[in-house]
Amino acid sequence: RCSAPRTEATTCRPPFHNLQELRHSASLANKVFIQRDYSEGTTCKFQTKFPSELESRIERTLFEDTVKTLNNFYAEAEKIGGQSYLEGCLACVTAYLIFLCMETRYEKVLKKIAKYIQEQNEKIYAPRGLLITDPIERGMRVIEISIYEDRGSSSSSSGSSSVSGSTAR
Amino acid sequence: MHLGESMRECEYSQISTRSSTPMETPYKKRTPKKRKWEAFPGRNKFYCDGRIMMAKQTGVFYLTLFLILVTCGLFFTFDCPFLALQLTPIIPVVGGALFLFVLGTLLRTSFSDPGVLPRATPDEAADLERQIDVANGSTGYRPPPRTKEILINGQTVKLKYCFTCKIFRPPRASHCSLCDNCVERFDHHCPWVGNCVGRRNYRFFYMFILSLSFLTIFIFAFVITHIILRSHRSGFLSALKDSPASVLEVVVCFFSVWSIVGLSGFHTYLISSNQTTNEDIKGSWSSKRGKDNFNPYSYGNIVTNCCAALCGPLPPSLIDRRGFIESDAPQLAPPTNGITTYGATHSQQSHMCDQDQCIQSTKFVLQAAAIPLLQQQSSEPVILTTSPDNGMSLPGRTPLALVGPCTSLPLGQPTPPTSTPSLSCHEAVDMQLIHGHTYALNHSHYLTPEEVPSPPGMLPCSSPLSHGVPASLYDPASQDSLHEDSVRGLVKLSSV
Repeated sequence: RCSAPRTEATTCRPPFHNLQELRHSASLANKVFIQRDYSEGTTCKFQTKFPSELESRIERTLFEDTVKTLNNFYAEAEKIGGQSYLEGCLACVTAYLIFLCMETRYEKVLKKIAKYIQEQNEKIYAPRGLLITDPIERGMRVIEISIYEDRGSSSSSSGSSSVSGSTAR
Repeated sequence: MHLGESMRECEYSQISTRSSTPMETPYKKRTPKKRKWEAFPGRNKFYCDGRIMMAKQTGVFYLTLFLILVTCGLFFTFDCPFLALQLTPIIPVVGGALFLFVLGTLLRTSFSDPGVLPRATPDEAADLERQIDVANGSTGYRPPPRTKEILINGQTVKLKYCFTCKIFRPPRASHCSLCDNCVERFDHHCPWVGNCVGRRNYRFFYMFILSLSFLTIFIFAFVITHIILRSHRSGFLSALKDSPASVLEVVVCFFSVWSIVGLSGFHTYLISSNQTTNEDIKGSWSSKRGKDNFNPYSYGNIVTNCCAALCGPLPPSLIDRRGFIESDAPQLAPPTNGITTYGATHSQQSHMCDQDQCIQSTKFVLQAAAIPLLQQQSSEPVILTTSPDNGMSLPGRTPLALVGPCTSLPLGQPTPPTSTPSLSCHEAVDMQLIHGHTYALNHSHYLTPEEVPSPPGMLPCSSPLSHGVPASLYDPASQDSLHEDSVRGLVKLSSV
C-alpha cells in the first residue's frame, strides 16, 4: 500500500500553527472527498464514514464530530416547521421583496457553518496539516479535505505516489 | 455557428479554471478579474452583471410578457372605466393587484437560478473516476455502469452519472439538455418562462401559473360582463363596436384559460403528491412499476407536501454568479488516469438529450476500450492540448493526444475516447463491445444511423490532422489485439 509516503508524512509533518503558515510552507499532497448521504432523502447530510487516507493524520472521533456537527447545521437550515412556514408566507405576501432587507434562515445558518469550519480548521485541522473546504464552494456535494505535506520533503513524489497508492488500493 | 461558439467557450473556460501552463499564465495575468458568470460552462444567458440568469432561448418568454401586458393593458384601459362606474371600483383594484403579482412571480421564476449544480472540480472528477475504476476492477473490459443504487427511506433509487458535469446526480436532479446544466429537483424546462423550473424557483412558477389562472378567469369574466351590460343598453353589435378591445381580450383569455388552468391543476396534483413533472412523466413512483414502488420523498399527507413545496426554506444558489474567479486555487498534479482531463474541453459541446440510452451505451463502449488502453500507459500524466501542432509533437506518449478540430465531436456526453478520431482510420474492424449492446461490424459495414445516432455537425474522421499521426502510436495497443481492435473500432464508431 502506501506505507512509504506515510512514513515520510509522519516524519516530516510540520507543526502548522495557523492557516497562513500551512498554505505557504506546505504543498498539496492529496484531497479526500466526503460524499453526501442520501439515505434520508434529499436533505443535506454527509457520510460519517472515516476515509482511510486520514487514518494517520487525525483521530476518528474528531473527524466524526466535525461531520456530525455540520450535518446538524444543515438539518437546522432545512428544517420544515413553524418558523420556515412563517418566513415563507411572509415572503409570499410581500412578493419576496422582504428578502432585500432580511436574509433567509438558510443564509444565516450558512454563515454559522462558515464560521464553524474556519474555527475547526484553525484549531484542529491545520495543526495536523489538513484543510476543510466549505461544502457550499463545491455545490454542497462534497466536503473536500486537503492533505498537505511539508514542502521541504520530496513532496511531489510523495504526492503522486500517494495518489497512485490509493488507486492501487 | 454553435460549434465555433463551443470551441471558443471551451478554450476560455479551460484557461480560467485550470492551473496554467507557462503559455497561459501571462495571458491570465494581463486580463482583469472576471466574475464567475462570465466563465459559466452552461448555456445560460446572464444580465445585469450576473444578477439575472435565463436560458438561451428567450423568445417565447417575451411573447408571454407581451401577451400578459397587452391583455391587461387593454383591460385596464377599455373595460375597467365602464366596470368601475357601473359596478364597483374594487374590480380594477383587484385586477391590478393580481396583475402585479403575476408579473412579479413571472420575473422571479425567469430570472432566478433554478438550482443549477456546479460542475465538478477537476480534483473531484478525478477522485470519482478513481473510485469507479477501483470498484470496477482494473482488469475488466466491461465498461463502468456509471450508476449507483442507494436506499432512500426504504426505496431503491438509482443515481446516474452525468458525463457533462462529471458528478453523480443527486436524487431528483436531472440534466437539462437545453441549458446544459444539472438542476436540482428538476421539474421541466419551461420555454414560456425562459428558464428551467427546479428546486429554487418551483414555488414561484406555481404561484405564477396559479395567479395567472385567476387573472385570466377574472379578465374573461369581467370582459363578458362588460359586453353584456353594454349590449343591454345599445345592442350586441354596437357594444362590440364601442369596445373592440374586449373581443381581443376574450379570444386571448378563452384560449389561455384551458391551458393555464389545466396546468395549474396538474401542478397542484404534483405538489400534493410531492413529485416532479419529470418523475410523473417517467412514472418513477407509479405502482405500475412494482408493488413495492412508492415515492420516498412524500411526507404522507397532502397538507405537509404542499407546505413543504411552497413554504419550505429557500436554498441558496450554488453557483455564485457574481463571485470573482480565483486563478490561484491549489490543485493536485494532473491525474494519472487521463480520462478526466478531456472532460474540460468537451463540457461545452454536449447538446443532446441525456435520456438517450443508446448514446449512453455508446459512451460506455468508448470508455471501456479506452480504460485498458490508458492503464497500459506509464503513470505519466496525459498532456492535454487543443492545438494541432502539439498533438503532433507527442507521438510516443499516448495515442489519445487531443488534436484540434477533432475535439468538436458533439456526441453528447464528453468522454475521453472522443479524441480517438485523431488516429488514422483506415481499415474497418470487427468489434464486439460488452455492455448489453453488441455492435458487430463487418469489414465494410458501418453502424447504421439508427443504431448510433449521428450527431450533427460532426467533423469527418479523415481530417488532415489525422494523417500525420505516426504508426508508433499503435505500439502499446498492438501488443494486445483486442485493444487494437477496440481502438480502431472506436474510430469507426465515432465516425458514423
